Amino acid sequence: MSDELLPHGHPTRAPASQRGRTAEVLEHAKALGKQIEVTIDGRAITVPLGTTILESAQQLGIRIPTLCYHQDLCLAGVCRICVVEVEGQRALQASCSYPITAPIHVKTHTPAVRKARRHILDLMLANHYGECYTCNRNGNCELQSLAEEYGVDYFRFGRMEKPRYEIDLSSHALVRDMNKCVLCRRCVRTCIDLQEVGVLEAIDRGNRIKIATFGDKPLSDVVCINCGQCINRCPTGALRANDNTDEVWQAIDDPTKHVVIQTAPSPRAGIGECFGLPPGQPMTFRMNTALRYCGFDKVFDTNFAADLTIIEEGTELLLRLKAAMANDECRMMNDESALQHPERSQSQSIHNSSFINHNFPVPLPQFTSCSPGWVKFAEHFYPEYLDHVSTCKSPQQMFGALLKTFYAEKTGVNPRDIVTVALMPCSAKKFECNRPEMCASGYKDIDYGLTTRELAKMIREVGVDLPNMPKSDFDDPFGTATGSGVIFGVTGGVMESAIRTVFELVTGKKVENLFDHAEVVPVRGFEGIRYAELPIVEVGPVPAIISHLFKDWNWLKGATLKVAVAHGTANAKRVMEDIKAGGKFSECHFIEFMACPGGCLGGGGQPIPTSPEIRAARAKAIYDEDRSYTIRKSHENPALLQVYADFLTDGPCGHRSHKLLHTHYTPRGKYIA
Amino acid sequence: MLVTEQERLRDDLVKMTDRFGRDRSALMPILQELMRTRYHISEYSMQVIADLLDIHPVEVSSVVSFYSFLEDKQRGQFVIRLCRTIACDMSGEGNVARQLVNDLGIEFGGTTPDGKFTLGWANCLGMCDQGPAMLVNEKIYTQVTPEKVHSILEECRSTFGVHATVDKERC
Amino acid sequence: MIAETTHGSLTFCSIEPDSGLGSALERPPADALGRIEASGLRGRGGAGFPTSLKWELAIKSPGEYKYVICNADEGEPGTFKDRVILSDFADLVFEGMTIGAFVIGAKHGIVYLRGEYAYLRSHLENVLRRRRAQNLLGKNIHGLEGFDFDVEIRMGAGAYVCGEETALIESLEGQRGEPRNRPPFPIDTGYLGNPTIVNNVETFAWVVCILAKGAKWFNSIGTKKSTGLKLFSVSGDCSQPGVYEFPMGITVAELLKEVGGEGAKAVQVGGAAGQCVPAAQFERTIAYEDVPTGGSVIVFGPGRDMLRVAENFLEFFADESCGQCTPCREGTPKLIEGVKMLQQGRCSMQYLHELCSLGETMQAASKCGLGQMAPNAFLSIVEHFQDEILGRIGR
Ligand SMILES: Cc1cc2nc3c(=O)[nH]c(=O)nc-3n(C[C@H](O)[C@H](O)[C@H](O)COP(=O)(O)O)c2cc1C
Ligand code: SF4
Ligand code: SF4
Ligand code: SF4
Ligand code: SF4
Ligand code: FES
Ligand code: FES
Repeated sequence: MSDELLPHGHPTRAPASQRGRTAEVLEHAKALGKQIEVTIDGRAITVPLGTTILESAQQLGIRIPTLCYHQDLCLAGVCRICVVEVEGQRALQASCSYPITAPIHVKTHTPAVRKARRHILDLMLANHYGECYTCNRNGNCELQSLAEEYGVDYFRFGRMEKPRYEIDLSSHALVRDMNKCVLCRRCVRTCIDLQEVGVLEAIDRGNRIKIATFGDKPLSDVVCINCGQCINRCPTGALRANDNTDEVWQAIDDPTKHVVIQTAPSPRAGIGECFGLPPGQPMTFRMNTALRYCGFDKVFDTNFAADLTIIEEGTELLLRLKAAMANDECRMMNDESALQHPERSQSQSIHNSSFINHNFPVPLPQFTSCSPGWVKFAEHFYPEYLDHVSTCKSPQQMFGALLKTFYAEKTGVNPRDIVTVALMPCSAKKFECNRPEMCASGYKDIDYGLTTRELAKMIREVGVDLPNMPKSDFDDPFGTATGSGVIFGVTGGVMESAIRTVFELVTGKKVENLFDHAEVVPVRGFEGIRYAELPIVEVGPVPAIISHLFKDWNWLKGATLKVAVAHGTANAKRVMEDIKAGGKFSECHFIEFMACPGGCLGGGGQPIPTSPEIRAARAKAIYDEDRSYTIRKSHENPALLQVYADFLTDGPCGHRSHKLLHTHYTPRGKYIA
Repeated sequence: MLVTEQERLRDDLVKMTDRFGRDRSALMPILQELMRTRYHISEYSMQVIADLLDIHPVEVSSVVSFYSFLEDKQRGQFVIRLCRTIACDMSGEGNVARQLVNDLGIEFGGTTPDGKFTLGWANCLGMCDQGPAMLVNEKIYTQVTPEKVHSILEECRSTFGVHATVDKERC
Repeated sequence: MIAETTHGSLTFCSIEPDSGLGSALERPPADALGRIEASGLRGRGGAGFPTSLKWELAIKSPGEYKYVICNADEGEPGTFKDRVILSDFADLVFEGMTIGAFVIGAKHGIVYLRGEYAYLRSHLENVLRRRRAQNLLGKNIHGLEGFDFDVEIRMGAGAYVCGEETALIESLEGQRGEPRNRPPFPIDTGYLGNPTIVNNVETFAWVVCILAKGAKWFNSIGTKKSTGLKLFSVSGDCSQPGVYEFPMGITVAELLKEVGGEGAKAVQVGGAAGQCVPAAQFERTIAYEDVPTGGSVIVFGPGRDMLRVAENFLEFFADESCGQCTPCREGTPKLIEGVKMLQQGRCSMQYLHELCSLGETMQAASKCGLGQMAPNAFLSIVEHFQDEILGRIGR
C-alpha cells in the first residue's frame, strides 16, 4: 500500500512479504539502502534493493501490462498478465510482485511472454459475460484496453453463453455484476486491507471461486458502508455505482418539475479527468454552464451548505464543551472522591482544557458527520459511540432540506415540484439520501445523488465538451460560497474550516494571526491520522450569530482545543480503538473522519482510475480554489448570514435548525442475522 | 436458534480461543474443533469467531469455503468420502460409488434425511496401493468393495455418535 | 489398523533410536550441517532442493524465532510413503526435526498433518509425549543447556495445495491456503514472518539416517546429482503395490520388475504433477536430473485409456487449484473440456495444438507448482500417445 494509506501499526491481512507496494525484503543491516543494478530489455538501471521489476521498468519507461496490481493496494500477483522472463529462471515471473534482490536480467516482451499474456487474456475473456457496448466501463475498462493492446480478435477458448451470477441490485450505492469479474481481487484488498470494512472476500476455490459477501448476502444486508472505494479500484464493470441518470433525465424532461442541482467541491476538481484533462484542473464555473445546458433549472453550490455545517457543527461543539464543563464543576463540588484523586480531577479541569468527563459523560470528542460512509461505519462497528457523532446532517442533506423549505418559500415553487439533485464525489451519498429519516422538509430532502462519473456521462450525452465551456456563476439565493466550503473536499478540510470559524468567533481575532493565509497547515496533508492543538488565549468579543449561546464566554479562556483528522476507515478504526482504550485521541474535542482515503476527492464516485498522485493533484486544485476566493471563512458568507436572519431565525442549533438540519443515527452493529 | 443455544455456542467458542489463542493462527484449530463438535460452522459462529480473533466474518467464511473438510452447512453424523483419484479409479471406485448411492438413497454431495450420512468425494487418501479407499469421518477403509459397503454402513448405524472420531477430548 | 504394504527391509528399520540426534549434538550445529551437505541430500517432497542449502539460508536469515515445519500434507495422487513413515517411524521424523532445530536454532516445530490422516494424530501425539518424557523434546534436550525445542501437530483440512510450502504457512496462519509470491521464501519470511524451514516427512527421516550412518554411506548410493535412497509409493497395475526403498537413479524398467509391473504401457512418475513415461522410455532413470519424483509411481497396464487418465488428473487439479491465479484457475477447466472433446472425437487438430500451447503457458506463467505442473500429464500423454488420441480427433 502506498505509505500515506498504510494504517499505523496494524498488521494487514496480507502476509508480511506482500503488505507493501514494493515487496518487503529482509532488513539485513548491510542490505538496507543497498542499490542493485538490473537490466531490463537490455537497458540497465540501478534501483534500491527490493524494488519490483515492474517499478524498475516503469522508471525506464518500459510498459508492462498489469491488472491485479494497484498502486494503493498490497501486492497480489494473481492475474499473471505482468509476467516477464528473468534470465536463469524456468518459469516466468510476475513483475509486479517480484522484488529485485540480486542483479538480474529481465526481458519483458519475449515470444513466451507475449504468448502467455495473450493466453491469460483469452482465458479471462472466456470466462467473462458482458458486452462492452452495454457496459458502464466501456472506454475505461482495463480488461477491454488490454484486449485491444494484445490484439485479441476472437474468443480462442470460447465465451460465456449466459450469465453465471445474478446481478446484485440491492444496494442504493453499488451494483455488483460478478459476470464481469476477472477475480483480480482488487476489491477484496480495498475493502479488507485499505478500508478494513471487510465486506468482500473470495469464496470457494478453484474455478468455483467468486467474490462474495458474508454468506453471499445482498450488499444491502451486510456491513458495506457504500464508500465505493472498491468501484474505483475495480478494473472492469463488475462493480459500479447505482446509476440514477435516467431518473434525473426524466425529471429534467418533465416540464412541471423544477430541477435544481447542487455541486460539491470534489467533483469539480475531478471531472476534467473524464474529459481527457490531467488531474487537478478545477472545472467549477465551466461546469455550471454545462449543467444549465443539460437542463438543470438552477445550479447551487454545496459549499453554501458546507458553511452552514460549520456554523451548526461548531455551535454544537461549543455546547458540548460547555456542558462537559458544567458537569465537571458540578462533579468537582459534589464528588468527594474527586478530591481524593487530585490528579484525576485536575486532568478534567478547564485549565487543563480537557472537557472530557468520564463520570458525567457529555459525549466528547465530537465526531464529524459529513461523510456518510464514515457514519455507516460507526453505526456498524462503533454503535456505542453514535452519540459522539455530530447530529448535523451532511451538507448535501442540509441543502436538500433548505431547498424544499426556505428556497421553496422564497421562490414560491411548490416543494412537491422541486427535484433536488446532488452532484457528489461519493457513492455513499446515494445511500444517505435514501435514508428514511432524511425527509425533514416533509419531502425526500435529496431526490437523487449523482456521481462525478455519471454527470460526465450526462454532459457528454448533450454533446458538450466541458473544458471548452464558458464560465458562469452559481445561482442565487445561495450564491458563491467561501473557501472554507471548498476545502471540505479534502481530508482535513472540515477541521480547517471549523478552526477558521470557531477560532475567529470565539477569540475575535483573525485566524491569520495564527496561520499564514488562514491555512491551517497542521491538519493538512495525506498522513493517515493527524493531530493538532489550538490554544485559545483570549476570548471575545463574540459576534451576534452565536453570542446568545452563553452569557459569559470566559470559560473558554486559556483552553486548548485538541483536534484530530483521520481519512480512510482503516485509519478511523485506529483512532476509534485508541479512544476505546482511553488513549490520546480520547482526550480530543473534535475529530474529523472521512471514509475515503484522501477525503471526498478520493470518493467512490470520482473518476477512475485513482492513485496517490491523482488524489494529490485534486487536493491541489481544491486548495488553489480556496485561495482564489475572497471570502474564505464560513461565518463570513453573506448568503448564509441572510438565511439565518430570514429563515433559521432562532440561530444555529435552534429549533428550526434542529428540525431541518440535524438528524439521528441507527445503531446497526456488525452482526448479521 | 434459541438465544440460549447461541449463548452456549459463544461460551464454547470463547473457551476455544482460551485454548488455541486469540490471533489469527488459531483460526484453523478453532474451525476444526467446531466441525468435530457441531458438524458444521454456522454463520453465527463465524461472526463470533471473527469477533474474538479481530478479523472480518467474511474472512472466516472465505477460509471455511476454501477447505473441503470445513463446511458451513449441517452435514451428517458420518461423512463418507470416497476417493476418486486415479489409483482408486482404476481399482473400481465406480462400483463402490454406485453401491453407496443405492444403499444410502442419496447422490454425492447429499445428506440422508435422518442426518446420519453425508456422501462426498475425496481426492487421493494416501491408500492408493489398497484402493478403492474411503474415509468415514476420521476412519479409513481400504479395498472397499460393493459388498463391504453394506457392512461399513451397518457398522456406522450401530454406533450411536461418532465412532470414527478418535479421542473426542483432543482435536 | 491398516494392512501396511512395505516390501523389503527399509533402512529406517535399522536405525538405532536417537543415534542421529545424539551424534549431531556431540558437535556444534555447523558440523551436522556439514555432514548433511556432504551427503548430497535433496528434498524428498518432490522439488529436490538441497536440504543443507535450505537450512544454511535459514541460519543466515536474521530472526529471533525460527520454525521447523514438517510437511506431512502428502496429497500427491499415488503417494503414501509419508503415511507409512509417520505410522511406523514417527520417531525418525521428530528426531530429524529436532536436528533441524538444533542446526538452524529453532525452538518451535510444527507438523502439518493432512486432514485425511487425522487417524494418525493420536499415535503421533503419543510419540511426542514419550519423547518429551525421554527429554528428547522440551527443555535442555539431551541435557544440552539451552537447547529447547518442541513440536506441535496442526491439521490440514482437505486442500492439496497446502502441501505447497507457502500455502502451508498461509494455512497455519489461519488463511486460505493460497501460495504466496516468492521471493521472499520461507527461509526469510515464513511462519508469522519468521525464518522457517519446511521439509518433507521423508527428508527429516533421512537426515537422521545420514547422521547415524554417515554422509559417505548415503552419497555412495544413487547418482551424482541424486544421492541416496528414496521411498517409492507404487500403485496401479502391478502385482505388488506398496512402499519400496530404492536407490535414486533406478530406471523405470528396473523398478517395474521389482514391483511386478512388467508389460506396463506407461508409468506416471511423480504423481499427478509428474510425468507420464511411455514404455519406450522405460530406460530413463528416476532422479532429479532425469525423471524427478516425490516418490509416486503409478503403473498403467496395456488396457488403460490414457485420455481417461489425463482427465482424472486434470479433474484433480481443477478441484484442488486454489483459484487465485488465472492460468491455473481458468486453464485447467479448458484442458478438461479439451479432453472431453477428444474423447468424443470433437477436437480438431488445430484446437489440440492450441490446448498444448495453453498447457505451456500454464507451466510458465502459473503462480505455484500446482498450476505449473497441472498440464504435465496432459502434455506428456498427448506427446507419447498420439496414436491413441489421434484416432479420435475430429474433422
Ligand atoms: C502443489 C504442491 C503440492 C505439494 N505437496 C507437497 C506435499 O504434500 N508434501 C511435501 O512434502 N511437499 C509438497 N510440495 C513441495 C513443497 O512445496 C516443498 O517443496 C517441500 O515440502 C519441501 O520439502 P523438501 O525440500 O524436504 O522436499 C508440494 C508442492 C506443490 C507445488
Ligand atoms: S467489463 Fe470491460 S470488457 Fe467487460 S463488458 Fe465491460 S467494458 Fe467490456
Ligand atoms: S463500498 Fe466500501 S465497504 Fe462496500 S464493499 Fe466497497 S469498499 Fe467495501
Ligand atoms: S469485482 Fe472487480 S475488483 Fe473485484 S475481483 Fe472482480 S474484477 Fe477485480
Ligand atoms: S497455480 Fe493454481 S494453485 Fe497455484 S496459485 Fe495459481 S491458482 Fe493457486
Ligand atoms: S499485475 Fe502482476 S500478477 Fe497481476
Ligand atoms: S488414489 Fe485413492 S487413495 Fe490414492
